[in-house]
Amino acid sequence: MNYAIELKGITKTFGSVVANDNVNLTVARGEILSILGENGSGKTTLMNMIAGIYFPDHGQIFIDGEEVVIRSPKDAFQYKIGMIHQHFKLVDVFTATENIILGLKDQGKYNLKKAAARVKEISEQYGFEIDPTKKIYEMSVSEKQTVEIIKVLYRGADILILDEPTAVLTPQETQKLFAVLRKMRDSGKAIIIITHKLHEVLSLSDRVSVLCKGKYVGTVNTAETNEMALTEMMVGKKVTLNIDRSAPKDPQKRLEVKDVTCLNREGVKMLDDVSFTAYSGEILGIAGIAGSGQRELLESIAGLQKLSEGDIYYHNPKTGEVDDLRNKTPMQIRDLGVRLSFVPEDRLGMGLVGNMDIIDNMMLRSYQRGKTMFLERKKPKNLAEDIIKQLEVVTPSAHTPVRRLSGGNVQKVLVGREIASSPTVLMAAYPVRGLDINSSYTIYNLLNQQKEKGVAVIFVGEDLDVLLELCDRILVIGSGHITGVVDARSATKEEIGLLMTKTTAVKEENENENA
Amino acid sequence: MKMHEKVREPLFHIIKRDGLVWWKSWLIRIAAVAAALLFSGVISYAITGENPMDIYLTMIDGAVGSTHRVWNLLQAMAMLLCVSLAVTPAFKMRFWNIGAEGQALIGGFAAAACMLKLTGVIPDALMIPTMLLLSIVAGAIWGVIPAFFKANWGTNETLFTLMMNYIAMQIVSYFVSIWAVPRGSGQIGMINGSSNIGWLPRLFGQKYLVSILVVLLLTVLVYIYLKYSKHGYEISVVGESENTARYIGINVKKVIIRTMLISGALCGVAGFLLVAGSDHSITSDTIGGRGFTAIMVSWLAKFNPLTMILTSFILVFMEKGAGEVATDLGLNHAFSDIITGIIIFFIIGSEFFIHYQIKFREKEKASIDQDDKTEKEVKA
Repeated sequence: MNYAIELKGITKTFGSVVANDNVNLTVARGEILSILGENGSGKTTLMNMIAGIYFPDHGQIFIDGEEVVIRSPKDAFQYKIGMIHQHFKLVDVFTATENIILGLKDQGKYNLKKAAARVKEISEQYGFEIDPTKKIYEMSVSEKQTVEIIKVLYRGADILILDEPTAVLTPQETQKLFAVLRKMRDSGKAIIIITHKLHEVLSLSDRVSVLCKGKYVGTVNTAETNEMALTEMMVGKKVTLNIDRSAPKDPQKRLEVKDVTCLNREGVKMLDDVSFTAYSGEILGIAGIAGSGQRELLESIAGLQKLSEGDIYYHNPKTGEVDDLRNKTPMQIRDLGVRLSFVPEDRLGMGLVGNMDIIDNMMLRSYQRGKTMFLERKKPKNLAEDIIKQLEVVTPSAHTPVRRLSGGNVQKVLVGREIASSPTVLMAAYPVRGLDINSSYTIYNLLNQQKEKGVAVIFVGEDLDVLLELCDRILVIGSGHITGVVDARSATKEEIGLLMTKTTAVKEENENENA
Repeated sequence: MKMHEKVREPLFHIIKRDGLVWWKSWLIRIAAVAAALLFSGVISYAITGENPMDIYLTMIDGAVGSTHRVWNLLQAMAMLLCVSLAVTPAFKMRFWNIGAEGQALIGGFAAAACMLKLTGVIPDALMIPTMLLLSIVAGAIWGVIPAFFKANWGTNETLFTLMMNYIAMQIVSYFVSIWAVPRGSGQIGMINGSSNIGWLPRLFGQKYLVSILVVLLLTVLVYIYLKYSKHGYEISVVGESENTARYIGINVKKVIIRTMLISGALCGVAGFLLVAGSDHSITSDTIGGRGFTAIMVSWLAKFNPLTMILTSFILVFMEKGAGEVATDLGLNHAFSDIITGIIIFFIIGSEFFIHYQIKFREKEKASIDQDDKTEKEVKA
């Protein structure tokens, strides 16, 4: 039997980094193959070579048993390979149909109506829900993803590659996507899906191929495996996936957010009348679809966002005083004696400076200390060495630019610095995004330690399983509203998923009424 | 029909290097200069029929062939280096100040105006300090105006600083024509030619030594400022990521304005040194394009003031040497620019080979089989 795609001995290096090392892989038609691996294990690189974005250093690619050379996305398209990337490549002001036919040359006349009809036909065939005349900027993330998928189907792809398609979806949207993918499989397409969520792998795919640090570990039939076995293949050793959750000790009001509203540059409400309280000694989780106002919320507290309404009160545990942090700059907040630490989502673009070494990055928070106009590099150097030692940061030296470190080590440096100032409030936005399992658990443990020290921890996460295991309470945010607060010990994933979409649902109804 | 022709590995592809040892990257740079000399030798022989060796010897002779020429070279280097030092803090902050020409010119103009209008009005001993002060103020004002607009309204600093150049040139042209000596001649000529008031003093009998020492001192100061001061650290953070600067509470506006004050002030110093140290006059061309060449000096040195000594030397050496070639061998002056251009192109091009390597297609035995296989038509 010939496979739809067969990879033999694929190797790709970037400088000294071996992204793929002698990888073999097969996918048959009428099959869903999951590629499982931690971030940085080379999944996306491998797929990019099939899609013609990178060119392998060594190895062969066979399609239907014939050796081929794929040098560009055009070549890939010629072999009916379509890839749906993690980051969508769509023109915002165009409609779905316009985006789908964009760049197609062999269509003869530019006939939108005909194209729209074809789009509709494809949608019906696989059960997509899409309005071909809707503009991209009016679409939700899952609708945009649908457009991307139809785009490659429209071009006749029968080998589909999806790069972490569920990362941006709610549990309900994920189920819908999976239903569509199963239909495609049944119609004889070969589907490759990249993911690192084990339960998705188990529920969707027929076979699983596992990569670990660029190396091919093996392929198993999904029916014959389980979560523990897959994790072991992925990480290379047994790991315990338990987070110790202690009961909050003596919770005190620490941070009170009251009726906060804030607008973005276009004047759109990013936060709408948000109120909640964070207590000392607890981890408050924040769940929501990406871009629902999580960033704005944390930045408001950190003094980086102008509030149009509302107040943020800080209860100082030392003096017992209550300070209003509203519209104060980060400097002013620090001068008030508020020990607020913030691990932002954008690590290298906000929390750290990529081109500076670890020592200089340690100084970011403290460079102004000392009375002279010159920098004091001794203490930051000690701090850098402490963090490297305690958090087991893998780096050639403290003088290495952080940009050169791997994702997990970058995050250890950032979290280490933020914890070093012994905060009373610690905010962390997606602190384990892109981290391997071991690093993720290091971070969870650090957050737990802070909680036990009596810090009010605010944790914005995307993996609901983790939120439910780690947090004490979970705040759900949808389109800038707080749509619910649940007890993490008793809530279910489905419950949170529903709350996440709540305001969107309300908004959609309004739109229908207007139309 | 011949679609299968395409189904082959590309001839070469580009791979990122993993950072070279310092001596290897210098080897590449030296090789680039050697290749540039070879290439321009071929070009010059093809165009002029002159022996390339003669051309190079003439160049060396023109640049450092006599004591007088060495001093001229050092003076030109110092002036270029001074402007380069001025643009560097701004560039490190990713503020594309291409208005150094105007900032230096307005500084030089302030110095010249001082000499013209204040000679005899203020004590002679105060002349040089007054000139220096006014030059610094004028340059700083010219630098801070675009910074102010950028900080407050996000205007494009590249266009703004560029336009400020033309304003400075026109102002100078205007005053040159009304202060012209003799009237109507359109030029000011040497100011205080007999009294030498407002001229930098000779040191050990050398006219240019004071300017050169001043620039040397500035080089060290700028190096320390950028590397060891809190201000320098803030400049780096703002340049690397404005978001990070905001996140740790740096006042970005303040840093932009402060840095451009310094950048403009240093340009003012360059203008002052040109007027008081060598020209003793002013025209709209006093800076002579140094404001733009300085950008190259600063970039080639990767914004390191100490390396800039070397890069400014290379550029000045080329310019002086090529000028000599033009006059000595009776070649068009444009010819010297061609050679300079070739060499700079090779130097800049060598950076690519320092960061990337090119991997050529490996000849494989399998390639014959592959050709057989691909005989089949590939459907589009």
